[in-house]
Amino acid sequence: MNEYKPRILIAKPGLDGHDRGAKVIARALRDAGMEVIYTGLRQTPEMIVEAALQEDVDAIGLSILSGAHTVLVPRIMTLMRENEMADVPVFLGGIIPPEDAAAMQEAGIAGIFGPGASIDEISRFIWDQIRLPNA
Amino acid sequence: MFPLEQHILRALDGSVRSLARLITRIENSPDEARQIVKQVYHQGGHAHVVGITGPPGSGKSSLVTELAKAIRKRSLTVAIIAVDPTSPFTGGALLGDRVRMRDLSGDKGVFIRSMASRGQLGGLAQATGAVVQLLDAAGYDVILVETVGAGQAEVDIAAAAHTTLVIEAPGMGDDVQSIKAGILEIADILVVNKADRPGVERTVNALRSMLQLGPTGGTRHHGRIVQNHVTLEEQDPDAWQIPVHKTSATTGTGIAELVDLITRHARHLRDTSQWLEREKQRGQKELEVLLFDHFLRRFRSELPVEYEQQIIEAIARRELDPYSAIDQLLAQTNQ
Repeated sequence: MNEYKPRILIAKPGLDGHDRGAKVIARALRDAGMEVIYTGLRQTPEMIVEAALQEDVDAIGLSILSGAHTVLVPRIMTLMRENEMADVPVFLGGIIPPEDAAAMQEAGIAGIFGPGASIDEISRFIWDQIRLPNA
Repeated sequence: MFPLEQHILRALDGSVRSLARLITRIENSPDEARQIVKQVYHQGGHAHVVGITGPPGSGKSSLVTELAKAIRKRSLTVAIIAVDPTSPFTGGALLGDRVRMRDLSGDKGVFIRSMASRGQLGGLAQATGAVVQLLDAAGYDVILVETVGAGQAEVDIAAAAHTTLVIEAPGMGDDVQSIKAGILEIADILVVNKADRPGVERTVNALRSMLQLGPTGGTRHHGRIVQNHVTLEEQDPDAWQIPVHKTSATTGTGIAELVDLITRHARHLRDTSQWLEREKQRGQKELEVLLFDHFLRRFRSELPVEYEQQIIEAIARRELDPYSAIDQLLAQTNQ
């Protein structure tokens, strides 16, 4: 097995209270041998980026079901750049309408995983995306 | 990104990005941990390291959050290391202590880092000691180290901290639990959290009588519970009377007083030269860990992996006992 342990932040920005999906992903990535930092519900973009900064995560997974991604995601990506973390991949889960996908990618989102995405798929995506250790 | 030296300079200069990067490197590479600690060690020695341990569900994370808020009101900076267990099966971990620490976000005087135990059994991670040194050098005034939810014997924190808080909550065991050996013995301050719940007084009384059953009625001398009968705090200014203190992290009751107790303990250690004694204990523990790690790695590097596997199989098949196996392994390497 790979000895490097990716650190992944799983966060739920905004006001919707449905954290089951985020918890399922957090648990699955744990079982895939990763170190998952779970922040819980109702996080502001500032809280998420601060946590990512202090925890030095390799990737960030955001779960959004409220429809507020068009506001929250650009704000988070701006804060990431301001905090020297433009190189940290951010992926999205939850309900992201297909017509928004292009805008999300333009904002800097590395991957979108809606309902039906498999854990294997997400895990493989993370391994592909993360920078090599000590880079 | 930057080379190690530059990260160190930036971290000591207040860059959170570099500080966080260095912590990851300490966790992932013993060699880099060594380089980092070598360069920052002489800058440290100012921080008060406070360990917080106790069973899962006793409210450690919530209490740490309230403590940090109260310490910030006194204009001191705070770093928090929150250790959670690594899965022995997958090697993964779910680090969830930040969920309870959301009130601290947005405060530049607070740094929070979640850490997976990565197979260490004493309640801390192998890298915890080095990370504490780094945070100390980076200038944090108080470093709160929250252990994994401790059962009865995860006592490593006592050797890593100046002041150890053991957190209990009402209804978590009878008075026989409280006289067992283990984590209760390492407390400098015993905290009964969730004091808003029923049964608090029973727990407080059980802990108080546990302390009174001891040879000195619950005093500590140079970090150890002393063996003779005469020592009382009034007669011996070096002794520390272990307080049993009630808090409620949800209502905030007792938190400011707990910070007072922690400060009083630090002053006590300094006034009685026990601070140095604790530093020696920390140093000794750190040395043992490093020596063990060093020799194990050297041993492994000199020994063919297949040979070790053969020996393990021979033990499993009962062809070889573990002690003779050690003799054979040592004979293989030129120890």
